[in-house]
Amino acid sequence: MTKRTRQDSETPNIIESRDFQALFDSLAKQGYRLVGPMVREGVVIVDDIAQVSELPIGYVDEQEKGTYRLTHSSGSAFFGYGLGPHSWKKYLFPPRMRLWQAQRHNGSFAIAADDSTAQEVQPLALIGVRACELAALAIQDRVFMGDYPDPHYKAQRERLFIVAVNCIHPESTCFCTSMNTGPRATGGFDLALTEVLEADRHYLLTQVGSDAGAKVLEAVPHRPATREEKAAADTLISHAAEHIERSMNTRGLKELLPASSESPHWDAIAARCLACGNCTLVCPTCFCATVEDTTDLSGENAERWRLWDSCFTTEFSYVIGGSVRASVKSRYRQWLTHKLSTWVDQFGTLGCVGCGRCITWCPVEIDITEEVRAIQAQHATISDGAGRKKKDAHA
Amino acid sequence: MLTPVAQPPATRLHDPMLPSLHRVEHARWDTDDTFSLELARVDGATIPPFEPGQFNMLYVYGVGEIPISISGDPARRDMLVHTTRAVGTVTRAMSTLKVGDTLGVRGPFGTTWPVDAARGRDVVIVAGGIGLAPLRPAMYRILAHREHYNRVVLLYGARTPGDVLYRKELEQWRAHFDLDVFVTVDRATGSWRGSVGLVTSLIGRAPFDPLNTAAMVCGPEVMMRFTTAELEKRGVKGDLIYVSMERNMKCAIGLCGHCQYGPFFICKDGPVFPYRRVQHLLSKWEI
Repeated sequence: MTKRTRQDSETPNIIESRDFQALFDSLAKQGYRLVGPMVREGVVIVDDIAQVSELPIGYVDEQEKGTYRLTHSSGSAFFGYGLGPHSWKKYLFPPRMRLWQAQRHNGSFAIAADDSTAQEVQPLALIGVRACELAALAIQDRVFMGDYPDPHYKAQRERLFIVAVNCIHPESTCFCTSMNTGPRATGGFDLALTEVLEADRHYLLTQVGSDAGAKVLEAVPHRPATREEKAAADTLISHAAEHIERSMNTRGLKELLPASSESPHWDAIAARCLACGNCTLVCPTCFCATVEDTTDLSGENAERWRLWDSCFTTEFSYVIGGSVRASVKSRYRQWLTHKLSTWVDQFGTLGCVGCGRCITWCPVEIDITEEVRAIQAQHATISDGAGRKKKDAHA
Repeated sequence: MLTPVAQPPATRLHDPMLPSLHRVEHARWDTDDTFSLELARVDGATIPPFEPGQFNMLYVYGVGEIPISISGDPARRDMLVHTTRAVGTVTRAMSTLKVGDTLGVRGPFGTTWPVDAARGRDVVIVAGGIGLAPLRPAMYRILAHREHYNRVVLLYGARTPGDVLYRKELEQWRAHFDLDVFVTVDRATGSWRGSVGLVTSLIGRAPFDPLNTAAMVCGPEVMMRFTTAELEKRGVKGDLIYVSMERNMKCAIGLCGHCQYGPFFICKDGPVFPYRRVQHLLSKWEI
């Protein structure tokens, strides 16, 4: 499956909303397992999907610090909501995955690798991937396909079809513009859609990003977009960019955060942080995992599973003698410093894409953009103070 | 500065998460709570080559897996030796293994002591407690090529005389004319008439030329903090001091995130670090 990036100048196409199902059908016909957004238990999640009608049509959400509210409007938009708590990472880096099984016999045992071999990974089509999530995927690629490529991740990544959706309804918790990750999908997709919903028309402006994308599109009724249609879609995206409220200034953060390891502000955050780990679970780039070794009741069969883990637990840093990061302060510091500083040392990129999920899903309303700003402000005050003292000494 | 610690290509395994089966050939208690296992591959193959300072992930059937440094002679390809304290769930289960029992091994992983790069210099090895185990392969390698080094000094501190690891071997080494071995204990018990005090107290009076010394340090983090400071005080160049760090590890291949130490993954950027690379972290708590 070659992923040739196509020219941006290539004329986008129009899929009318009534023909959208044909895209699903075309993907299914080519052997893809389809996953996409749907409403479940009051939130938008991603799961297996076959019909356009399963999408959260007409749903809108409202997100703030520690708040997520999903409501059904009278609208008919397919993608009128923002990001839910699920990120796509669960398909490439499953929350629970068996690594191998062992059988005991004659006082010894034998180990067999699990069946997550490349041949058996089914091609997967992700429908509705936002620009920030494409950025998150690119970050996880660096994590999981580096020195020791993760076999499952690699196999699934090579069998991935991405239908991106440009964001036109950003949440108040979003800050993709300052992280240069959105709201427009600029690459890394097979097809990218911009949903345009006008009084009398509903269509998806469709940009082809790869040969695979072009092939899937062949079976979907479409026609080249007019200049007006393209302009309408562009306006919606620029409008979205203008409505991003939050921001993070990442300049100098790589040096500032480790240098601020003894800042009293970590104590201020720790006084609120519950160390619940929600932020790490909803984060589309967090990659920490633990392993669990189990046996069945007979003791004849043992398994090893890999599970998502969080650096917010005390067990995470446990060594003989106790946990290295016993205080909540040190655990929040580890998370934030990793995301915005040491991640760069490790993978040459920040570990944050500005999706805002950690802000929405924090039960005590800790906002990563505010905390970073507070540390920056503190640093600025200290530097200012030092500057003044020097001047005073001169005078 | 010495050449940076390198990761030998041997650690690039086909499926690095899949243990290979080993059989216990010998098992013995070194002290009341510390034991050594000698392991051979069940399939009869030679063990993969390792370098002093590297570690393996050892799996006890159905119980779990933990990182343990290799403490045998790197020249021996028939037997893998691991020394560990029975203090956690996995190590306690491991301590009950008998000759003929099977366990899983993944590795070797991680960076190595700069044993070859230290040629032409004095070598000072400072170990605290079980920290002697990962340094023993370095001793073996140095002793096998003794002519390439100037003075070789081993400074070892244990909690009590009963906790002194590899006691017979230490006594043998101490009898060498070309080796200086000093042992101290935190608390003297019974008939101990040797040195009492922290291992750091030995550094000031040990016979080596600080200006041409490579130092290798392994022990509890707080011990390494004070030892590195004492070595620098004596005049050993920070560039020539190496330490071995420990953190929780689940994968040993830089994916699980548990062993992060500032910007490093101890499993692949370590466990052996040039002191200069981690100096700024060693002085901080809860990193």
